[in-house]
Amino acid sequence: MCGIVGLYLKNKKLHSKLGRYLSGMIDNMSSRGPDSAGFAIYNNLKSKNIFKYSLSFTNNSSIKSFEKEAIKYFKDLKFINISDHTIVFSTALPSKFIPYLRSNFKNISIVGYGKSIEIFKQVGNPKKIVKKFKLDNFSGSHGIGHTRMATESAITIEGSHPYSTGEDECLVHNGSLSNHNNLRRRLIKKGKIFNSFNDTEVAAGYISQKLSENKSIKKTLTSCLKDLDGFYTFILGTNKGFAVLRDEIACKPAVIAENKDYVAVASEFQAMAHLPNVNKANIYEPEPGVIYKWGN
Amino acid sequence: MGKLEDLDFKKNNLRKINNFLQNISYKNNKRNFVIKNPNGEHAVCAGLKEDISVNIKGHVGYYCGGMNQKANITIDGNAGTGVGENMMSGSIHIKGNASQSAGATAHGGTIIIDGDASSRCGISMKGVSIIVKGSVGHMSAFMAQSGTLLICGNAGDALGDSIYETVIYLAGKPKSLGVDCEEKIMTKKDLIKIENLLKKGNIKKFKSKNFKKYGSARKLYNFKIDNLSEY
Repeated sequence: MCGIVGLYLKNKKLHSKLGRYLSGMIDNMSSRGPDSAGFAIYNNLKSKNIFKYSLSFTNNSSIKSFEKEAIKYFKDLKFINISDHTIVFSTALPSKFIPYLRSNFKNISIVGYGKSIEIFKQVGNPKKIVKKFKLDNFSGSHGIGHTRMATESAITIEGSHPYSTGEDECLVHNGSLSNHNNLRRRLIKKGKIFNSFNDTEVAAGYISQKLSENKSIKKTLTSCLKDLDGFYTFILGTNKGFAVLRDEIACKPAVIAENKDYVAVASEFQAMAHLPNVNKANIYEPEPGVIYKWGN
Repeated sequence: MGKLEDLDFKKNNLRKINNFLQNISYKNNKRNFVIKNPNGEHAVCAGLKEDISVNIKGHVGYYCGGMNQKANITIDGNAGTGVGENMMSGSIHIKGNASQSAGATAHGGTIIIDGDASSRCGISMKGVSIIVKGSVGHMSAFMAQSGTLLICGNAGDALGDSIYETVIYLAGKPKSLGVDCEEKIMTKKDLIKIENLLKKGNIKKFKSKNFKKYGSARKLYNFKIDNLSEY
């Protein structure tokens, strides 16, 4: 089943409330995905050369020992710890920081990185997860969330969404893909690294691969219709906004509500019922095989 | 369940509200009810069986008015997947849009959709009348067995795929017709039927002559040895 939600705030005055709105949306989608949840928040920093690395500390990895060690190699690191996740702020380039992390701290997983994105995900009840990460306090321009009912791979953090496989990119998915094993093999040959056996991670990797070849979002998602076999409603997040795509059979639901202040996407209307003036918004279902995007 | 005015999702939960409406006695004099703050809840007004009127003030989730018998339900908003699924009689009037599979397998009664209906509208319908003032999505009237689907707008891909004896009246254009669905010759009986449906739906913009009729070519009814390679 799974529940997916996305909120893009057109009105800058609402940016401080992003977390509060998004946590309500995820909370409402608990019934569609009770076993894990995650969310990505996009919040641009003032400084343009600082990267944010979202790290997940489980499997007995220690935040303190990591901080001590990492500061020896990268001098300008700043850490914000929220529950078992840490956001590292640094001018260190991803091409240096990520290989360093992968070779020295195998138990720490990088759940996302970029100049805008922050990702948090965890196994368990979505209601508890958004509380644990204090999502209510987050501000930003747009955010994406997911509640998972596991089908294609185990209930682990590696199996939870959103999947981020490129700078400031993330993907949430409701559905299942049937050709992900073949596609994964092909992408591994091209140098992509995968951390799970999950189908969505492959879709995210596929999309990142296309985007890194300088394909536009529209072209990338159009090629998804051809290359991805299975059921899906996707929300693809980038630093500027997000895009929505449903497969052409469109078994997996989606509803969009748009007004002058925001665009909300969710698996069910329930998820957005608490948003201000939603009953008067333009509410519609995205058509199958059609790309919808905002901010990009 | 408290007083009648408590049919409000802010004060009561789905089970209490549905339980109350499902058990209204035929002797009860109060026959009109209002539901407030549905907020996209699923299965609102499912399984009603008395001729009562319920006005739902807002958007509803999946399977609203499912299995309905006799009740007249009005939704002042949009409806989620499967509105009026397996309805037996009565009516459901959706003032907004309907999501997928509106009126799925419904046996009787009338469903009126003021806006658009999404994909698979009237899938496997078994006798219901569905009136859509807007357009319908792909695979509408898929395997539809009996009843009437009237569409004032356009239809998506594969309209009436594998259709049995449901009759489709379409004012706009189908993006494509499904397997074994073909245009039929309009008879006087059809025109009268359309006029009645237009009246039921309070539709004044269209006349019966604006519609085309589609139905089953009946070529899939029997096994043909020529088609063996298709199996």
